[in-house]
Amino acid sequence: MPGYPELYQRDRERHPPALTRDYKTSVARSPQNALISLENTASELTGPRFGHNDIDPIDSDLLANFAQPGESPIGERILLHGRVLDENARPVPNTLVEIWQANAGGRYRHKKDTYLAPIDPNFGGCGRTLTDADGAYVFRTVKPGAYPWRNWVNNWRPAHIHISVFGWAFAQRLITQCYFEGDPLIAKCPIVNTIPDPDAIDQLVAALDLNATIPLDTIAYKFDIVLRGARSTLFENRLEGN
Amino acid sequence: MPQKLGYLKETPSQTAGPYVHIGLAPGAAGFEIYDQELGWDIAGPHAKGERIRVEGVVIDGIGSPIKDVLLEAWQANAAGTYPHPDRADETEEGFRGWGRVITDFDTGEWGFDTVKPGPVMGRNGQMMAPHINLWIVARGINLGLNTRLYFSDEAEANAQDPILNGIEWERRRDTLIAARAERDGQAVYRFDIQLQGEAETVFFDI
Repeated sequence: MPGYPELYQRDRERHPPALTRDYKTSVARSPQNALISLENTASELTGPRFGHNDIDPIDSDLLANFAQPGESPIGERILLHGRVLDENARPVPNTLVEIWQANAGGRYRHKKDTYLAPIDPNFGGCGRTLTDADGAYVFRTVKPGAYPWRNWVNNWRPAHIHISVFGWAFAQRLITQCYFEGDPLIAKCPIVNTIPDPDAIDQLVAALDLNATIPLDTIAYKFDIVLRGARSTLFENRLEGN
Repeated sequence: MPQKLGYLKETPSQTAGPYVHIGLAPGAAGFEIYDQELGWDIAGPHAKGERIRVEGVVIDGIGSPIKDVLLEAWQANAAGTYPHPDRADETEEGFRGWGRVITDFDTGEWGFDTVKPGPVMGRNGQMMAPHINLWIVARGINLGLNTRLYFSDEAEANAQDPILNGIEWERRRDTLIAARAERDGQAVYRFDIQLQGEAETVFFDI
C-alpha cells in the first residue's frame, strides 16, 4: 500500500483462539467461520492519534485520581511501568495507553460487580497516559486483589490490570491483561490459559523491578508491550520514516 | 543454528472482560473521573457530508444480544481521507474519525452519530466503497474482532469494492451491508452483528 508501511502478519498462534471451551463465555461468542484475510489498505494502516489535550496528567495516577483530598486508596502501592515497542523493537511514542483494574480487595467500581469485597471510596480503578518519545509509560496505583468469577464453580482470577493500547494503525489495536510475577493463580486461570503458548503467557507477566521502586514508598513492576511491526518499504514513499 | 532474527513478538491478547467500561467508558460503569471521555464524537462540528446515525446489536450464538460489548469505529471523512498525521490538514477541524460506543446494559443496543464517509483509495489503484471499520471487544471475545460496515445505498460502489469481492461466498457479503432507513428526516443505518450461525458476520484477519 503506497504511502503507509505495511504491518507484519499477525501471529495468531501466539494469541488465544476464538473458541476456548474452558473459558465458557467464549463458546457462544466465538465466530465459527474462518476469518477473511484482508491485505492492508489505508483503512487498516492508519489510526487515531491522541494528544495531551485529550487527557490530564493526573489520569495516570490511580492513587490520586479518585481519592479524597489528603486520602489514598488502601493496598500495596505500585508503579507499573514499561515501554510500548513494535516487533522491530522500535519505541511507539505518543500512543494512548489506558488501564483498568479491581481494587486491592478484588472489587471493581462497576455497577455490575457484586462481589462482597468492599468498594474503596478512594479508588476509581482506571488510568490513561501517552507514551513518551522512548515509548515509555508509567502508572501509579495499588496492586489489585484476586477475585472469584463465575466460570467453573471455583475460579479465581489472578491479580491483573487490563491494558488497552492503540499504536499508529487501527490494525495494531490491542487489549490485554498484565499479571504479576510469582502469582500462583496465573497457572490455574482459564482466561490466562486461553493462550496456548507458555512463552506467550510469560510475556503477560510483569516482573518485579526493584531498580525502579521508590524506597520506603512504592514497589515497581515492569511490563513492556509489543505491537505489530511494520515492514520497511525501501522503494515506496513511507509515512513513518522507519 | 542460523542467526537469530531478533524480532520481538506481539503481546498476546486477553479478553476485555465484563468491566471494560471502567477503563474505556467509566461513566457507564457508574462513576465520573475524567474531565472528558474519549471517543463520543467521531466527526466533530465542522465535518462536511451527510450526518448519519448507525445502530445495531451484537448477537451471540444463542441469538441473544450481547450487553457488555464495546465497539470502536475508524472511518474516513466525506472526502475519503483519514485524519492520519500526514493528511490531518486535509480533514476538517475536530474530525477525529474514531469513536467508541458501548451497548445499553438492558437491551444490547448500540448507536453512534457521524458523517457518512466517502470512498477510499485501496490497493493497486482500486477504489473502495464507503465503509466504517469496526473493532469489537467483550467478555468471551479473546482477540478483538475486525469487520467493516458498508452502506446499502451504495450498491454500485459496493459491487466494485475489492474487499467485498474478495469474500468467496457472495451471500456472506450481505452481512457487511448496513440497511438505510429514515427517522425524523435523518438517515439511520442498521448494522446487526452476528457472532455465529447462518448469518455470521464476516470478520477479517487484517
